[in-house]
Amino acid sequence: MKKLFLFILIALVYLAHQDLWNWKKADPLLFGFLPIGLTYHAGYAVLCALMMAALVKWAWPRHLEAEEDSAADKNPGPD
Amino acid sequence: MIPVVVIFVYLAIIGFIGAMAYRRSRENTEDYFLASRSIGSMVFFLSLFATNMTAFAILGSSGQAYRRGIGIFGMMASSSCFVIPLTIFFIGTRLWALGKKFGHQTQVSFFRDRWECNHIGTAIFGLSAAMLVPYMIISIMGGGTVLAGISVNPATHQPLIPYALGCATVAVVVTVNVFFGGMRGTVWVNIFQTILFLLFGLVAVVVISHALPLGFSDYIGKLAGDEKTRFLVTREKMPPQAFWSYTLIPLSSIMFPHMAMMCFSARRVTAFKRTVVAYPIAILVIWLPCVFLGVLGFAALGKIPDPDEVLLRLLHDYSPAWLAGILGAGIISAVMGSDAHQVLAMSTMFTKDVFAHYGGKEKFGEHRAVHFARGFIVVVTVIAYLVALELKEKQGIFEIAVRYAFSGFAALSPVMVAALFWKRSTQWGALAATVFVAGFLVWTALTQYHHKAGDVLWQIGAGKDALKVFFLNPTGDVAFCNGFMTVVPMVLGSGVCVVLFSLLTRPPSKATIDKYFDTTAFPKPS
Repeated sequence: MKKLFLFILIALVYLAHQDLWNWKKADPLLFGFLPIGLTYHAGYAVLCALMMAALVKWAWPRHLEAEEDSAADKNPGPD
Repeated sequence: MIPVVVIFVYLAIIGFIGAMAYRRSRENTEDYFLASRSIGSMVFFLSLFATNMTAFAILGSSGQAYRRGIGIFGMMASSSCFVIPLTIFFIGTRLWALGKKFGHQTQVSFFRDRWECNHIGTAIFGLSAAMLVPYMIISIMGGGTVLAGISVNPATHQPLIPYALGCATVAVVVTVNVFFGGMRGTVWVNIFQTILFLLFGLVAVVVISHALPLGFSDYIGKLAGDEKTRFLVTREKMPPQAFWSYTLIPLSSIMFPHMAMMCFSARRVTAFKRTVVAYPIAILVIWLPCVFLGVLGFAALGKIPDPDEVLLRLLHDYSPAWLAGILGAGIISAVMGSDAHQVLAMSTMFTKDVFAHYGGKEKFGEHRAVHFARGFIVVVTVIAYLVALELKEKQGIFEIAVRYAFSGFAALSPVMVAALFWKRSTQWGALAATVFVAGFLVWTALTQYHHKAGDVLWQIGAGKDALKVFFLNPTGDVAFCNGFMTVVPMVLGSGVCVVLFSLLTRPPSKATIDKYFDTTAFPKPS
């Protein structure tokens, strides 16, 4: 169920990228100078960050962390 | 003169950081190429982002916005906000684990082991190297353009640092940094560089807004009110097919050898968590001001000979000299951050996938392999520099990138997906996809050379309802099915080749499949 929800989330965020309804519009201008096509996609970038935060929280590949222990022991550098 | 001094101070700092990294280095290839897989979380994000941001992100984006308007942000930047973090999340983390577990330092070494192949890996290396070189050239060209643009003498209108000298300066600083510091030197410098160019856009917008004779809203209103320039603040002249096609281009990111190497270099897989969340915001911070200033530049400056210089012209005309120098250093940071990784990746690939793979390491030893890598860095940079000079008058920054590197690497992404997630995939599927991508790129280049804008190569039907399968669009690029970019048939064709030829040929041994798909590396979700 969780996987299905996340899959739908990714699909919806992808579809939201194709904002055909803003195609020929400049208005409204955010702060009086930022056209809607730019404002929308600036917001879309934030939406992508939120989507990734959701994936990190609910779909993180924890099994890969098994490789970390040996790595940390081998490379304890401060970089 | 002041901007030039500021930029040279910046370059000296870069050199100093590289020297510090050299003092920490150890003479083995894992340390030289991957900093002993010890990159921490914050450094990983800053460096990975610097790896992906070229001169194009600042100069190319503003230049494209000047030509085509605000739609460039949605087409190129926000599509990257969606695709790149997803590929890092699903593919980058797996590459990290496999590199840690089996010692892979390049994509090709993973492919060779995963598919039990030898020369097919070399074919993938050859195509990747051929596509990476243009990307390196863009970086050097961007450096030359910035240094020439920022150093223009107001009295003579001639640059104090000519284009050729600017390219040489960037090439030398990057080479010295990578030559001595390897991956450690590169990522340390990236911390400084990424912070600088993340600040660039915001500072540039604030400074230019104060110096312009009119307000932002006046300029944007002027563009929106004129039928001839309205397309710059809408997307009415941007074909939706091209806009959609571009969402496939960011698939190239994870296939760039330097991006894969960065994934191998993280100390912990948890370093990817912060990176994938912060990545879209970082793109927003860089691209939004650059695209906006590109459009604004059209209103404020009018027609200029080279749109890729619109930002430099704005800085030159509307910011104090010392600040123009610092902002110029910000642009140079984007240029050199990615260029250093590209040079290092080329060197790593050649040393590990060719020199070591074909017996060089056994013959000359680990220590000599590092010397070989350093020699290769010098040779490849000199070649890239010479080509950058030759192509200056022939191709725009953006065109070279998209045609030869971005589309090609995006079309190789099905190969990586098959290697990581499809047990039944085979070396012959990978080879078929590689040959298809290489063939398509050669065909595209030849077609553009022999035909002119508007020529139809293959059409089904006639009249208004005709489907133009392949044709050259008004800018002279090969287009697909009434306006899609060629990346669409390339990715689809590559995917079909992987699936078809894998199903027709024998899969790798059970031992190899178990090795890569066992419960430790890829357990079934609980």
